[in-house]
Amino acid sequence: MTPGSYVVEVIVENKPLAGDPEGETIHQNLILKGGYKQVTGVRAGKLLRMNIEANSPEDARAIVRKLSDDLRIYNPAAHTIQIRIVG
Amino acid sequence: MVKVALIQYPGSNCDLDALEILRDVVKARTDLVWHKDLAHDDYDAYVLPGGFSYGDYLRAGAIAATSPSLRIVKEAADGGKPVLGICNGFQILVEAGLLPGAVLRNSTLRFACSWTRLRVETTRTPFTNKAEKGQVLKIPIAHNEGRYYLDKERIPELERSQQIVFRYVSEEKEPTEEANPNGSIDNIAGICNEKGNVMGLMPHPERASLPMLSPDNQTDGRIIFDSMMRTLRGSEA
Repeated sequence: MTPGSYVVEVIVENKPLAGDPEGETIHQNLILKGGYKQVTGVRAGKLLRMNIEANSPEDARAIVRKLSDDLRIYNPAAHTIQIRIVG
Repeated sequence: MVKVALIQYPGSNCDLDALEILRDVVKARTDLVWHKDLAHDDYDAYVLPGGFSYGDYLRAGAIAATSPSLRIVKEAADGGKPVLGICNGFQILVEAGLLPGAVLRNSTLRFACSWTRLRVETTRTPFTNKAEKGQVLKIPIAHNEGRYYLDKERIPELERSQQIVFRYVSEEKEPTEEANPNGSIDNIAGICNEKGNVMGLMPHPERASLPMLSPDNQTDGRIIFDSMMRTLRGSEA
């Protein structure tokens, strides 16, 4: 347990079925047109980077998980989220 | 006399248009209420206008959905009172959980501003009871995030419970891909809750309620406000 300040990222993406016109456009009209044929897919999303005071990285993650659900940082009808500790 | 609350959020910008129609056209006693000042369910109906509340930050409607005013609106909705969300108001009602699904960025990735044809799919709501099922209304849209989304497998359930109120349709009254301005699933332009008293739609009926504002002098949007007034006057009698 190391109380301190943690950097936690939340990545919000559309669920696969909800489509991602922005990611598809970046892929088709920028990356593939630019000649990077190795790139087989692009997803665009939203990134929130939060600084959190917590007792441990697990604690920081749990706080972010809870606030993401409570305050609807994402809309579960259409989005998924990933939470990761980056610092 | 019935009383309507038109709720203003920081960034609402179609509030005065809706106010004009409510007060001067359909003659509803209407208060323009700042969202923080709505402390009690003192009104007979609630209208959430269009705009860009909180700059559409995070997601359109997501921050306004946490306004305490939504607690009052929920209470009113639970009590069966009519609640109408137009454009950003629709997004707020979805984000607050009063209506199912999500409203995502247009599939075109462009702001969509045009006249659309809406087919009335149900007349059971307090906002469509003066329309006929299958009737087509010409009402304009103006939005960047209007792509209604709900998981495909839930659409039949929405259809069965008559929660799909409007679909974008072609001149032939068909929900074609060309008639769909934003990529909404199943051409859905407006929905209601299970009870039918809470309705949200992306198009702007307040912009199609005065002849001078329509290219062909029609006032198709009025039917939504006239229906609401019929409901309210009926409940008053």
